[in-house]
Amino acid sequence: MPTIQSIAGQIEPHPDVALVERVRGGDVSAYDTLVRKYERQLFRIAQHITQNREDAEDVMQDAFLKAYEKLEQFQGNSKFYTWLVRIAVNESLMRLRKRRTGKMVSIDEDIETDEGSVPRDLADWAPDPEQNYGQAELAEILRKTIQGLPPGFRIVFVLRDVEGLSTEETAETLGLSVPAVKSRLLRARLQLRERLSRYFHKRKGLMETGTVK
Amino acid sequence: MTCKEFLALLDDLIDDEVTPGMRTELQTHLGRCGHCEVVLNTTRKTIEIYRSHEIYDLPTDLRERLHSAIMSRCKKGC
Repeated sequence: MPTIQSIAGQIEPHPDVALVERVRGGDVSAYDTLVRKYERQLFRIAQHITQNREDAEDVMQDAFLKAYEKLEQFQGNSKFYTWLVRIAVNESLMRLRKRRTGKMVSIDEDIETDEGSVPRDLADWAPDPEQNYGQAELAEILRKTIQGLPPGFRIVFVLRDVEGLSTEETAETLGLSVPAVKSRLLRARLQLRERLSRYFHKRKGLMETGTVK
Repeated sequence: MTCKEFLALLDDLIDDEVTPGMRTELQTHLGRCGHCEVVLNTTRKTIEIYRSHEIYDLPTDLRERLHSAIMSRCKKGC
């Protein structure tokens, strides 16, 4: 059962567990609370994977409906949120497969790349470089940059670094080993850093390039 | 410690998963390697920027519409 450590050192159940129990007991309003709590995150994750707004809307709805139907199967040995994310990731990948008929889509796709494994752009960034861009422009840069990552790296980075799942939860959600998650996370972080560097360099001063020893 | 060895431990350092002894070794390397210091700082910044900026906004009206659709189907038993 997912737990949090109380100040007194006693194990207390995660607040979601009580809500899930209420839903199981027929209280639909408790599910309303859970949907409100996680709808933004699920929408974001679906959009990151499908890269399509309409698909993300469908995935979000389908994931919550599927979770509601399958709530009896939720064992409580993982967090409700992690269980929900797993459903959303699977729904997103199914949606991608439908769209790209005949083309295999999996999180193992396109990971045979060395890009970013050795940092090449070693010039420092401006302090608070994001402040050199307007909000919409920055969002576009961040979207474009992350969309260029191989899907298997992108999903790991989004779950682990953006949505705050632990390495173990990310591995469980994606059906990957912990070392596989760690390896993809490092590559994803380094590739994003490399690609963002072209926007965030210090505008003035020395532009240093080279490779690490 | 070489830059390659430093890079292999970069994530552990960022995620604060290194032993005190290892941290000292990493700090020693950073003290003499400006390139690795840049890589560490800019990788940290990369994560921070993605964490703190909502790049796929869910507007309130769309959110409400999707929320109502979900709940109305749940109330009907899906």
